[in-house]
Amino acid sequence: MFAPLYKYDYFGVEVSYIIAFVIGILFGYTLERAGFSSSRKLALQFYLRDMTVLKVMFTAIVVALLGILYLNLADVLDMSLIYINPTSLWPQMLGGLIMGVGFVIGGYCPGTSLVASTVGKLDGMMYVLGALFGMFIYGEIFPAIKSIAESGYMGDVTLSDWLHLRPGLIAFFIVIMALAMFVFAEWAEKRFGEKEPVPGDTPSTAASTPQSMEEKIV
Amino acid sequence: MKDDKQAYWSPYFAGFMLGLVLLATFFLMGRGLGASGAMMRTVVFIEDALSPGHVEANPYLAHYGGGDKNPLDNWLVFEVLGVIVGGLLSGILAGKIKLNIDRGPHMAPKLRLLLAFIGGGIMGFGARLARGCTSGQALTGGATLALGSWIFMFSMFAAGYAIAYFVRKQWI
Repeated sequence: MFAPLYKYDYFGVEVSYIIAFVIGILFGYTLERAGFSSSRKLALQFYLRDMTVLKVMFTAIVVALLGILYLNLADVLDMSLIYINPTSLWPQMLGGLIMGVGFVIGGYCPGTSLVASTVGKLDGMMYVLGALFGMFIYGEIFPAIKSIAESGYMGDVTLSDWLHLRPGLIAFFIVIMALAMFVFAEWAEKRFGEKEPVPGDTPSTAASTPQSMEEKIV
Repeated sequence: MKDDKQAYWSPYFAGFMLGLVLLATFFLMGRGLGASGAMMRTVVFIEDALSPGHVEANPYLAHYGGGDKNPLDNWLVFEVLGVIVGGLLSGILAGKIKLNIDRGPHMAPKLRLLLAFIGGGIMGFGARLARGCTSGQALTGGATLALGSWIFMFSMFAAGYAIAYFVRKQWI
């Protein structure tokens, strides 16, 4: 095993910042190409009309997850050295619920709002300002909600620890789940999807595709 | 899927590329991607510039910017700078950089801007409580099988679908 390279001291902090910048460029570029600079495209997820978010996210999770497992199996990447987000049950559940509400109202998540801002979306910029403000408020009231914010702490536990199943088996279930969700997503888009141009967004050429004609008949 | 071929990739291709970027991050750094952490650090940086004593007195803020710590001296901050450049680059290459407001066909632009601010505020707050956002928790934690990240992901989508009906005028 020789990776993660940073953990094996192949380079120091300065180089890691350059890597961060390059990785960030690829990340931002990909988010934009996925169409995530459009709040409406993101929000239509919640009306089953455009399931791009689900498809992109679960494809990415599956690719990275399987990649980690295979690289670990090939004695390249020591996956025990990869940072696992520590679990704090209640704050993560509550924070997730709050973010879901914010997502459908604001139309972005923090990362996509930055990308939207760069292509000139004024609502993206307002969202960024709002997010900074929301974080400011959180920081200010933290001393008062400290007990909630730190409740249900379980350490860096994974699904595989929790269910006492091997990571590969969990990955298998996640792949099956992702495939089922993709089938559902394609069905939902055919059933509920719309192909009218999004105001202010890049005009869609989709109006001429067979699928959209199908939808018009529906 | 059937998106504008000039502007968008197929969702599955985009997801594949995003997965490779994430995997490369794990391979190189042993950590994943993020966004909201860098935004929090920006907030603390501003607060620290205005009132260092205030940052020092609050344990949450001091964690980022207490003592001699510069809140911006962090991997995520450089990654997010890259995100901004990458988004801009894609926008330029697709020729879609233009000031406008994304919204549903029946939504007033000014109200949309207000709701974007409010939604951003709610999400910024929630992201700090959950210790990460869609990138840091759902995507990164999802790929590393972190239990809390999967709970976070399902909570976020559940709430989104539950609330969607009440704000539908904004989007559809």
